[in-house]
Amino acid sequence: MVYFSTVTSTPAVAIKELHKVYKGGTEALRGATLDIPAGDFFALLGPNGAGKTTLISILAGLTVKTSGTAEIFGMSIDTNHSLAKSYLGLVPQEFNFNIFERVIDIVVNQAGYYGIPRAKALRDAEAILKELGLWEKRTEKAQKLSGGMKRRLMIARALIHHPRLLLLDEPTAGVDVELRRSMWKFLRKINAEGTTIILTTHYLEEAEQLCRTVAVINHGEIVVHEPMRALLTRHGDKDLEDIFMELIEQK
Amino acid sequence: METNRTLIAYYTVVRKDVVRMVRLWKQTFLPSMVTTVLYFIVFGSLIGSKLPPIHGVSYIMFIVPGLVMMQVIMNAYSNTSSALFMAKFQRNLEEMLVSPMPEWTIIGGYVTAGIVRGSITGVLVLGVGLFFTHLTLYSIPIIIAAFVLTCALFSLGGFLNAMFAESFDSISIIPTFVLTPMTFLGGVFYSIQQFPPFWQTVSLANPVLYMVNVFRYGFLGTSDVNIGLAFGVLLGLIALFLILILWLFKRGAGLKT
Repeated sequence: MVYFSTVTSTPAVAIKELHKVYKGGTEALRGATLDIPAGDFFALLGPNGAGKTTLISILAGLTVKTSGTAEIFGMSIDTNHSLAKSYLGLVPQEFNFNIFERVIDIVVNQAGYYGIPRAKALRDAEAILKELGLWEKRTEKAQKLSGGMKRRLMIARALIHHPRLLLLDEPTAGVDVELRRSMWKFLRKINAEGTTIILTTHYLEEAEQLCRTVAVINHGEIVVHEPMRALLTRHGDKDLEDIFMELIEQK
Repeated sequence: METNRTLIAYYTVVRKDVVRMVRLWKQTFLPSMVTTVLYFIVFGSLIGSKLPPIHGVSYIMFIVPGLVMMQVIMNAYSNTSSALFMAKFQRNLEEMLVSPMPEWTIIGGYVTAGIVRGSITGVLVLGVGLFFTHLTLYSIPIIIAAFVLTCALFSLGGFLNAMFAESFDSISIIPTFVLTPMTFLGGVFYSIQQFPPFWQTVSLANPVLYMVNVFRYGFLGTSDVNIGLAFGVLLGLIALFLILILWLFKRGAGLKT
């Protein structure tokens, strides 16, 4: 399967002074500002409740921001939201498909929401489900799948319209080592083919292995944003977990 | 989003829900038919045979359009409210919200599916009614218009209910405590001309009265209300609900955080 080639000067994501205050007063984002270049494999790290999922949900159109701006490949999520959304695919933290639907229907319907004709959607679904090892399960109801298969189904669903930007919100949570490694391989492959990936994860080894750029968010603010190699080099012999803990404690 | 892509997205929303309702026919279509058979037996044949004609027709013939409309209203409403609420509850509504399709496509898709459910139910119930009495057809265009507009209005009502529903109770409260009294008091089983003038005036505040009467007019050619006014009420309420839902949807009310 060929994905978009996205070598361009327009950043994949450009957010400025993003604020989000939920009903009840919880301030999830406090002026987050971030540019993520096209083609990057980007780690967005932070402790629980730091604002990672809120940021991703705003980009995906599931959460309404309080203020600030956000653009996806130059398209504002406010004024060009339809085009901006067409560029991205989302793999959320929790399973959010209809468990009573068949695997193939979940993927093909998702293609339909993006306006892809059914015949093409069926062909593309076959390709992506085969690539992710789910083709044999295509007629099974989603509730019958194992946890790992459900994770892969969410990735297949997010990729069915060939997005230029893939948002992965803790995609390997609760996944065994073998499957995690095979997912890493797959993600590296689609990134090499041009898909920009933003990954949030609590497995810092995963971020270290996969990502070229890292940002750390804490209490709704971006506290670090730099190339992974530069961050690791700057901290000498410390691994990412030690650096992360240091940054969080400093804050 | 380009027009043809938007239409594919709209068709996908409709198709998905129609497949669901057909797959669950024992929950979606069968109960209405069973309930209506009971109404026809008890109110139509047993009690109705002892009642004098209303508007010049037998009681059972008088109540058929009202009973059809009652099921159409309930089914159109509950289809949209339950489908949207389940999508919210299981969070698979996010599949649509992350996609580039415009808000009206999602609303239109759910409402169209509600119209399909209401229409299939209406035809089935009407078919059941023909086992108990014959029906005259006064105006087929009025029957179809009343049918479709009522389905659309209550599908929109179900959509609005599901937007704010936070539990299964929230989507059953309105049908139980609002829709059922409104339909029973909406002229399904009687003509408001049988009431004293004061109660006739009070009855005119019930929008279901207009729907039942305009539908009945399509069959029998008689109505308690002005047909033009009845269509005006229907179209006005549809416009009001549509504007309200679009406005709320754009603000993310009930569907986004």
